[in-house]
Order: sequence, then C-alpha cells, then structure tokens
Amino acid sequence: MPGANVIELNQVSYSYGGDALLSDISLKLAPGSFHFLTGPSGAGKSTLLKLCYMELMATQGQVTLFGRAAQDIGRDGVAVVRRRVGIVHQDCKFLDHLTLLENVSLPLTVSGQSTEANMAELRELLGWVGLAGKVRALPPELSGGERQRAALARAVIMSPDVILADEPTGNLDWEMSLRLLTLLVELNRMGKAILVATHDLNLIRQAKSQVAARVLRIKDRRLQLAGADL
Amino acid sequence: MNLAARLLSAIKGDPRADRAVPPTGFTAQLTVLTAAAMAFLCVFAIALSLATARLADRWSSQLAQSSTVRISAPVDQLATQTAAALKVLQTTSGVAASRPLDADEQRALLAPWFGPDLPVESLPIPQLIEVVETPQGYDAEGLRLRLRAEVPGAVLDDHTRWRRPLIEAAGRLNLLGLFCVGLIALVTVAMITLAANSALAANSQVIRVLRQVGARDDYIARAFVRRFTLRALAGAAGGTVAGMLAITLLPSADAAGGFLTGLGFTGAGWLLPLTIPPLAAVIAFWSTRVAAMRALKEIT
Repeated sequence: MPGANVIELNQVSYSYGGDALLSDISLKLAPGSFHFLTGPSGAGKSTLLKLCYMELMATQGQVTLFGRAAQDIGRDGVAVVRRRVGIVHQDCKFLDHLTLLENVSLPLTVSGQSTEANMAELRELLGWVGLAGKVRALPPELSGGERQRAALARAVIMSPDVILADEPTGNLDWEMSLRLLTLLVELNRMGKAILVATHDLNLIRQAKSQVAARVLRIKDRRLQLAGADL
Repeated sequence: MNLAARLLSAIKGDPRADRAVPPTGFTAQLTVLTAAAMAFLCVFAIALSLATARLADRWSSQLAQSSTVRISAPVDQLATQTAAALKVLQTTSGVAASRPLDADEQRALLAPWFGPDLPVESLPIPQLIEVVETPQGYDAEGLRLRLRAEVPGAVLDDHTRWRRPLIEAAGRLNLLGLFCVGLIALVTVAMITLAANSALAANSQVIRVLRQVGARDDYIARAFVRRFTLRALAGAAGGTVAGMLAITLLPSADAAGGFLTGLGFTGAGWLLPLTIPPLAAVIAFWSTRVAAMRALKEIT
C-alpha cells in the first residue's frame, strides 16, 4: 500500500539543463526507518533530498509523500506537507534577525499556532538539544554545533513524521557530530523516519552500532545499497 | 473574504508574521515618499477637475441667458433705432424678452475700465439691448438680416456663442484632470510594485526559509502587503494634508470678474481629497499582493 511509506520515490529521474543528475531512483521511507545516503560530493545527495521535500520536482517517475503524488500537491499543499517533514541543512538556514527561540518556533508560527501556548514544549525541546540557556541568542551568536542542534530542534518542533538531514555534521567536530547523531537516533526510536545525507563514513559506522540503519549510495546517478564495508 | 475585510486584516496584521520579515529601510522610505508625492499631486488634479467642472457649469448657464444687440448710431437717431430694434426683437421667434440697458447698467459695464463715475449720458457710446432667448433659441442669421434691413446701426452680438468652445475646453480640461488622477494611480501602482519587488528580492532567503518550514504563500505575502499598505496609507495621508493646505493657501481668483472660479474646493468638494489615503492603501494592498504572489511562485 503506497500510503504506508511516508515518502516513496518510484523510478525517479531528475535532469537540469539537459543533464541527468539522478536516474531511475526508487526509495521507500517507512515510518521508523533510518537511512543514510552517501556518495561523493556532487553525486546528487542534496538533489535527492530536495525531491523528497518538493523543492525540486522529478522530471520522470513519481514521488509520493504521505500517500499523495507530488505532482497533485498544490503550493498550499506543499506547505502543509513540509510541516510533516523536518529538514536540517548543513548551513542551518536561520533568520538572523530572530532569536533562537523565534527561529525554533518558526514552524509553529507559520502554521498559525501560538508560541506561548507551546512554550513548555519549546523549552523542553531546547533543553533536549542542550540550548535551554540560549533562547534569546541570535543565530550569529551561536557556535556551529549549537546552530546544528537548533536546526534539529526546529525540524522536530512540529513533530514531523520524517526528518531529512543534509550533511548535518558537515561543520561539526567529532564530539558534536556524535551528539547530533544521538539526537537523531532518539528521534528514530520515537518512530520518526530518518534520512541523513552524509559523506562522513565514520558517522555512519557509529550509527550502525546504535540503530538498524540502511546505507544507500548514489553512484553514476543511480541509487544502490552500500556494501558490507559500511 | 471581501476587499474591506482583507484590507482590515492586512492593516491589523500578525505581529509574528511581521517579525519574520526583517524591516527594509530604503523601500519603506521610498514607498512613503512616493505615496505622499502622488497624493499631493492627486489633490491638485482633483481640484483642477472640480474647478473646470464649475467653470463649464457657469459658462453653460450663462449661455442659456442672453445675447446683446448693440445700436451704434448718431445721438439723435439712437432712441429711434433702439425702438425699431426692440420692435424687431419682439416679433422674432425664439426671443423670450428684450430690454435696453439703462445708464446705470451701462456705467457698471464700463466701470472696470473707466471707473465708477463715468458720465455715460454725455458720451457717444452705443446703446445695448439685452436679449433673452427661449430654450429653443432664435435664428441668429435671420435676426441679423432683419436688423440690418430695418435698423442700420444695430449689430447682433450673440456673445454667448464664443463661450461654446470654451465650455468644451473646460469639459476637456475636466476630463484631463480625471485622466491625471488615473495616471497618478497607475504611477503609484508601478512605484509600489517596484518597491515591493525590491523588498521581495532583498528577502528571498527569508522567504525560502519560511516556505521550507511550511509557510503558505498567503502568510508570507501578508507580511509584505501589510507593510506596504500602511506605508502607502501614511504617505498618502501626509501628501493629502499637504496638498489641501497648499490649495487653501492659494490666492482666490474668484473675485477677478467671475471669469475664473479659482483652483480649490467648495462645500462637499473638500471631502473628495479625503478619499485619497484609503484609495492609496487599496492600491498598495493589491499592487503588493500581486507582486508578492508572483514573486513567491518563483520560489519552491
């Protein structure tokens, strides 16, 4: 049943300017699944993630989100779908003029929910990512690790069904990367589907010791299961 | 939601949505300044339109009143020819009434040029006969021919005739004033659209982030629309007040012989410029909304 998977890509290809970037990609993200997506820089990891949250539209094949074909979802529908998808970027994408609390609560704000009414959950969430003491800080005042943890907090504030993380540890040291990984594993244990694009093989090895993660690799524009070395 | 409700909602706004979009100083000033300048010009365009409408009305009413027969004859024949002319006029179809102007009326006519105490009785000035037309009017050419045949010194001066092109000109000027108001509205649309596009382009990253965390287009557009609507309203209010003040301070031209009615407002006409700020707000609301929705479509 297609609705059983939160996100499903069926023989998806994506081309830009006549160049094929991804070909014949099929992927199913079931609730509670944990996937790593690896491959060299420029392989198309970010492109695949963008297809998953409809920043890009497949040029061939079908992307299904929460049981709905992507091409049937209008702009307002995309906004609603994105409230069920938590996105973490390497560069975090914060609004620098807003405080950490305002940035983290932004998904609540744009969906018309009261920040005040959710303050207890917000503080609990910021405590969970270790940023309880930074609520009034502006993003430029935060360290790389703090920004990544804040980005994760923002991604999960709406209690999404799936977390898509694009090189979330790209700017972090090993200790901070492990801390972020622990948070992702915790989220996965809560039943969230997780897809992490990374080229950090050590992080993948470390994750596999904690959770049953599948590792996928993009090679020659196609998706394949990574070998036993991972 | 109807326009009024949308406009009120835009003005009331959502402070949290406003916080999400950083303030843009330059475009803010540009919008306020543009709205103020356009409102100021609009006050004058409306005043011009109203003044020319009054002028056309005045000339129209005068056109329906009278023409003049001038008797230029030696003093000893003046009374005879005047009587003959009156007789012709009384038997002319389309002439409702005719009467010779008395000395006081002739003196009043000449007073602007010669002063109030002109001894008209002792001067060889022509006798004037005021002719009042019926609504159908008379045949001017026929009357001229009859007067020429029966009263050699009589000249029919249907002076109202030259007012016709002036009335038409006043009517055109009135239309021109309204056209200027429309043109000002279009320029305001263009300027606000440019400023809105500039603000949207400057905040494209903010918009991308908002879209990514699940903001609908309508939510993002509202933050921009509210700002531009309020700026246009404030600027137009300032410009309108300045324009009305400038109109008030203009010297009145009405007393100069009644020819010019003066550029200004009378009576309920003063209420018209007060519609400029809300109209500017409506224009800003729609211009910004259209610009925002168009720009947002470019961002996935």
